[in-house]
Amino acid sequence: MTELEACDSCALNNSAQLLKLGINVENADYVIALAGNPNTGKSTVFNALTGLKQHTGNWPGKTVTRAEGGYRYQDHKMKLIDLPGTYSLLSTSQDEEIARNFILFGKPDVTIIVVDAARIERNLNLVLQILEITDRAVLCLNLMDEALRHHIDIDERTLGKELGIPVIKCSAIKKQGIPELISTVHQVATRQIICKPHRIKGLSKPAQKMVEKLDQKIRKNYPGLPNSRWIAMRLMDADVDIIKALKNGDFDQVLT
Amino acid sequence: MKEEDTQDLLDLASELRWEVGENFHDTLVEGIYADAAQIAQKTEIKQGEPNPYSFERKLDQVLTSKKYGFPIMILILSIILWLTIQGANYPSGLLANFFLEFLHPILKTGATHIGLPWWLDGFLIDGVYLALGWVISVMLPPMAIFFPMFTLLEDFGYLPRVAFNLDSLFKKSGAHGKQALTMSMGWGCNAAGVVATRIIDSPRERLIAIITNNFSLCNGRWPTQILIATIFIGALVPDGLSSLLASIAVIGVALLGVGFTFLSSWMLSKTLLKGEVSTFALELPPYRPPNLWTTLYTSLIDRTLIVLWRAMVFAAPAGAVIWLISNIYVGDLSLANITIDWMDGFGLFFGLNGVILLAYVVAIPANEIVIPTILMLTVAHLNLIGAGDGVMFELESTTETAALLRAGGWTLLTGINLMLFSLLHNPCSTTIYTIYQETKSWKWTVFASIMPVVLGFLVTFLVTQIWQVFH
Repeated sequence: MTELEACDSCALNNSAQLLKLGINVENADYVIALAGNPNTGKSTVFNALTGLKQHTGNWPGKTVTRAEGGYRYQDHKMKLIDLPGTYSLLSTSQDEEIARNFILFGKPDVTIIVVDAARIERNLNLVLQILEITDRAVLCLNLMDEALRHHIDIDERTLGKELGIPVIKCSAIKKQGIPELISTVHQVATRQIICKPHRIKGLSKPAQKMVEKLDQKIRKNYPGLPNSRWIAMRLMDADVDIIKALKNGDFDQVLT
Repeated sequence: MKEEDTQDLLDLASELRWEVGENFHDTLVEGIYADAAQIAQKTEIKQGEPNPYSFERKLDQVLTSKKYGFPIMILILSIILWLTIQGANYPSGLLANFFLEFLHPILKTGATHIGLPWWLDGFLIDGVYLALGWVISVMLPPMAIFFPMFTLLEDFGYLPRVAFNLDSLFKKSGAHGKQALTMSMGWGCNAAGVVATRIIDSPRERLIAIITNNFSLCNGRWPTQILIATIFIGALVPDGLSSLLASIAVIGVALLGVGFTFLSSWMLSKTLLKGEVSTFALELPPYRPPNLWTTLYTSLIDRTLIVLWRAMVFAAPAGAVIWLISNIYVGDLSLANITIDWMDGFGLFFGLNGVILLAYVVAIPANEIVIPTILMLTVAHLNLIGAGDGVMFELESTTETAALLRAGGWTLLTGINLMLFSLLHNPCSTTIYTIYQETKSWKWTVFASIMPVVLGFLVTFLVTQIWQVFH
């Protein structure tokens, strides 16, 4: 047995407990969403977890519909949804809407946010938006090998503290960091790790105040809604979809 | 929540909106950017070189330069096509030998032995089986060479550079710059290209992208182009140069498709789909060294085998239909011959022929089976089929495919016009269905399906008229 095989079958290695389920995703215990900017290797992460062979092209915006797959880890069946890659959740193109609606209404138990380690600043714009919507997320710092090749490293502990969510360094194409990612996602799903996600601070003082005022009112109407502040910000921005969702009572469903 | 409460909430929101002014969106975006910049500054550790992507930048300066961008694009495509054409001939011959010459007689003898009735034997072995044999031997080798190379290029990150080069032209045509990406996706599969237009926000520009996607030569049509170019255009020059000339011809057709994309986008944006052009910044992804073995594997599974499978699924019933129409007689003539003769007059008007037109009707489900259908119909039309229980045709190489087609009355003009018509005709049924799914409009679906055919007949007619002036 070579060294590598020995590692793979060791009980301490998480990969040994990972059972790739392909597209067999019925009766999942937890639903995991995969979000991120285009071309950060989301589909590669998806394939590494599910064992599926979704085509991964070096393209911005390759995944426009959502792909589903599954895996089993420690007696729990996880359903994984690969969302379209987007730069933000604020505008109105279809791919952004699919991604946003799933995180908002699909109630994923964990959202894995895949980012390009070499382009952290630009990727963080989306990360911060996602963290306003959901408080259960794991940051997958992907393409680490490429970043290191370009002499860029990331202090993942500081990043984790700043964002308030676990940060895992990965190189999905080489299957590096995947075992850690799997166990962390599981810990977040089972509430062994409780996230305290970063909230956008850079608003101007008056704007901040208004958001707070609206947020209070929303919380009064929807006690326990995790993303009331984000909805307040969307209402301030006159987001027609959110207004429509309010009128339809979609948020009542989110709470049940 | 009660309705009044919702209204209350919305009222408060609009009231606050007035207080904070119109620019909340900007405030929010600025806030997000400021936070992101701050966090990045705290966590990013840059070592050594101050300009980490300098090599990539230099490469981009060359690949997307005004001067070299287009020539390099054409050169790279030529190399890929040349390798495909050079490499596919020999394995194609081997496969044809195996399926059509070796296995076919064995199956026929076997069928006689177990006493299969002649019509079932004909239907299954001369119809379904032969069609499958044709599809595999004609299509598998070029696809197995072309797609992996194309996928390597895609994974390396070259295709977005192509899109970048074309971006400004799209804007000038009144279309969205992102259409350059969906068009490049169409070079793989038009149905996928149509779905990919979801990345375009404006409905007007999205519709333009959907309607014109069919002008991108798809997986199913590259092999047709390659084969016909090899037979008719490659044959014009001595052996050493023939692959090169054939590749240039195929690139010519692909670029003509790009030209038609611009032209029809421009015409649509000036007439039926008038409107403003959205601005957007096209992002160039980083170059990534492709993972060779993974790419080979996925391009074989994802593209080659899926396209081949699709071709086989559609070819089997098509083969059955061809056998049926070739063997159902009305008077002295088979149904196929009657239709072909009837369409011949019409076809010759456009420098095509009855076989080609009938093939395009049979092949609506999938472009992949056009060539096999044409070959089978030509054989049937020349009455080679059923001429005894022996071997009906030997297709050891493209030379013999050429001989067969020439026997069917094909000329250089027919070849050229078939290449043009293969570029300009209705989308396959999958794409048509996808267009309907994406637009939810019968009007636009019908328009997108008919417009290219009309254009195809127009272009082939013009080419034929000009040809006849000089001959």
